[in-house]
Amino acid sequence: MSEQTDTSWQPSASDFAPKPKHQTADVITRPAMSYWQDAWRRLKENKRALFSLYLIFGLITFTLAGPHLWTIDPSAQDLDQIGMAPGADRNVTIAPAYQPWYGPTSDVIYADDNPLGLVLVGDATSQAVRLAWQETGLGAGQTNYGYKIYRTLFALNVGDAFGLPLMETQNHYFEDRLDLQPTDYYYTVVALDKQGVETDQSTTIQISVKRVITMLEAQKRGLTQNKTVAEGDQIKLALHPFGTDYLGRDMLARLIYGGQVSLFIGIFAPLLYVLLGVIYGSIAGFLGGAVDQLMMRFADFAVALPFLLFMILLKVIFGIGPGESGVLPMLVAMVILLWPAPARLVRGQILQIREEGYINASKLLGASTNYLVLRHMIPNTMGVILVTITFQVPSAIFTEAFLSFIGMGVAPPTPSWGSMCNDGIKSMLTRPHELFFPALFISITVLAFNLLGDGLRDALDARMRNRE
Amino acid sequence: MLRYTLKRLVLGVLTVWFIATATFFGMHAVPGDPLSNDKSTTAQIRANLEAKYGLDKPLITQYAIYLKNISQGDFGISFTQENRQVNDIIKEHFPISAILGILAIVFAALGGILWGALTALYRNRWPDSVIMFLVILGISVPSFVVAAISQMFLVNINAFAGTTILPVGGWGTVWHMIVPAMVLGLSTMAYLTRLMRSSMLEIVNTDYIRTAQSKGLPKTRIFSRHQLRNAILPVVTVLGPAIAGITTGGFVVEIVFAIPGLGRYFVEAIQQLDYTVIMGTTVFYGAFLVFMVILVDLLYGWIDPRVRINP
Repeated sequence: MSEQTDTSWQPSASDFAPKPKHQTADVITRPAMSYWQDAWRRLKENKRALFSLYLIFGLITFTLAGPHLWTIDPSAQDLDQIGMAPGADRNVTIAPAYQPWYGPTSDVIYADDNPLGLVLVGDATSQAVRLAWQETGLGAGQTNYGYKIYRTLFALNVGDAFGLPLMETQNHYFEDRLDLQPTDYYYTVVALDKQGVETDQSTTIQISVKRVITMLEAQKRGLTQNKTVAEGDQIKLALHPFGTDYLGRDMLARLIYGGQVSLFIGIFAPLLYVLLGVIYGSIAGFLGGAVDQLMMRFADFAVALPFLLFMILLKVIFGIGPGESGVLPMLVAMVILLWPAPARLVRGQILQIREEGYINASKLLGASTNYLVLRHMIPNTMGVILVTITFQVPSAIFTEAFLSFIGMGVAPPTPSWGSMCNDGIKSMLTRPHELFFPALFISITVLAFNLLGDGLRDALDARMRNRE
Repeated sequence: MLRYTLKRLVLGVLTVWFIATATFFGMHAVPGDPLSNDKSTTAQIRANLEAKYGLDKPLITQYAIYLKNISQGDFGISFTQENRQVNDIIKEHFPISAILGILAIVFAALGGILWGALTALYRNRWPDSVIMFLVILGISVPSFVVAAISQMFLVNINAFAGTTILPVGGWGTVWHMIVPAMVLGLSTMAYLTRLMRSSMLEIVNTDYIRTAQSKGLPKTRIFSRHQLRNAILPVVTVLGPAIAGITTGGFVVEIVFAIPGLGRYFVEAIQQLDYTVIMGTTVFYGAFLVFMVILVDLLYGWIDPRVRINP
């Protein structure tokens, strides 16, 4: 409609112009949507499934891009930080190089609050802890027959054992250099009698060990960051955001590389065996008759094999040579054992589709076998296949984790989430983070694939189409 | 029905034969053998040992002897434990695994039916959301992690109480069985809960429920007599595969809780390449699983008459 003022009531030329082409009548149809577009639309409406999809992409990115962003070698050991929890204190003091010690000098002041006069000489550092004592506690006429030194991490109550026996000595001093960590230690010195049996003359002292590093070591490990540092300065040890494991290896790096192994097996194994199953099942379903019967009986046998037992057997049969990770044998074993279930599923689908009207119509129009299979049968089973693959991923990841857990999985030092769990479980009471992180990653991955599978199943179910 | 049963049994025996054959040839393809573990074997001793275990004969003859023996229920003698019959090993360790497995199945089935029914009753309300969240969690966390965490939990509880409320590991009394059985049954229970829920929700829309409602039956009666009883049917079908899952899942639980079951023994035998024990336990487990599945299928026909008509 053109503009009309109150005065100009007469029609103008524009009133007689043809209507623009794009103006149409009321639309009562909606744009045609293919099956996949419709499925994608419904999947997008499912917030949980969509979130899972993003999560899966995130995890894959984490494992693939991770090595470029976090360039620490997953098998490199940081011996200063063994079994460190994330966020642990990383401060370290630069100390002079280690000097041998030949006992206390004369200016040592012995303690007077314990029977032996036990005292710490110098600073207690992770380099060495030096103790000295006298036999003030022993009465006159009693001679020294030696001492035994113990160390423990826990405060001692009356009647407790003294802990780890370190040494028996005739000397009046002792130097401890055994795997000292920056924590509190309780040292006990017990006097021995003539037969070498412990007497009740004992003294326990608590010592807090400070972490130190020599200048040379600090420079060698690149901790000084090209700044000039002097002895006594505090610097920071290498950063491990997820802590380190029992060998001092970086957890984040291991989680990244372990994720590559776990996700590779978890995604590729189902892809391969479902593909094999699809080929086998569609051949059987399409040919039908005696061939179908024969093929399916064989699949029945294969499906009855106890999966985990044969998985272990196959792993033993393939063996793992030196320097191999054992990922490929695991993949092959899974493909050998797990193809029958998707094969049976696809065969059932094909048998169903074969009876459909559109197949007959297509045949009447002279479609070839190849055309029927590729154009009608496979695309129509695609939804079921996709859902099967998605639900097979968690079980493949679990299988890898299970095998690694019983020591039949990937060979060390190749990490996988399963083998990391296996390592972590041994020290879960003292260092729970070693179990927690890999278990968390496995759980999140499995959860995401399960939720995505649920969403895909609902979205691809043609019966749900157009139903809101 | 008899024809069907017979057919299933014959197929079952064939399957066991297939498993036995696959195991036999698989084991003989393994590089290395149990006899080479001993350092001080001369060629003569080795020949004698091979003769003792029948390893000097051609593979086909060995296979024939092996088939003959297992058809008589004789799995041979262990390689690494001198003069110990594999049958004795199975007899000693399998009952332990079986008890654990039965407890786990009972726990999983009862729990699954109960929780599944509950979620369906409280559909889309908070009990449904909470249980379904726990179910997803139960499916997503690996069993060894659950086992480890529950063990850690037990340690802490015992330390807190000052006495042993429940033992942390080992085997012997009923108290030893509770936690391992629960851990073992957990993932199956989660799976059954999901299944039970969907089957309950499907049944709500059936004609016979509508009939029962229009007859004016009380809600509790509809629930217990019509809904629950029919919803349990699909749960029974998956019990067969569930038994398989629980038997093999038992490996992990047996290792973590130090239970002397057959699963743990099997893992040890694998590590020591104990041919006869591996073959014996695999065939035994395989046969057990195959006939369990058949049993469950027959049971299903007995419970649901509709299946019997057209098996």
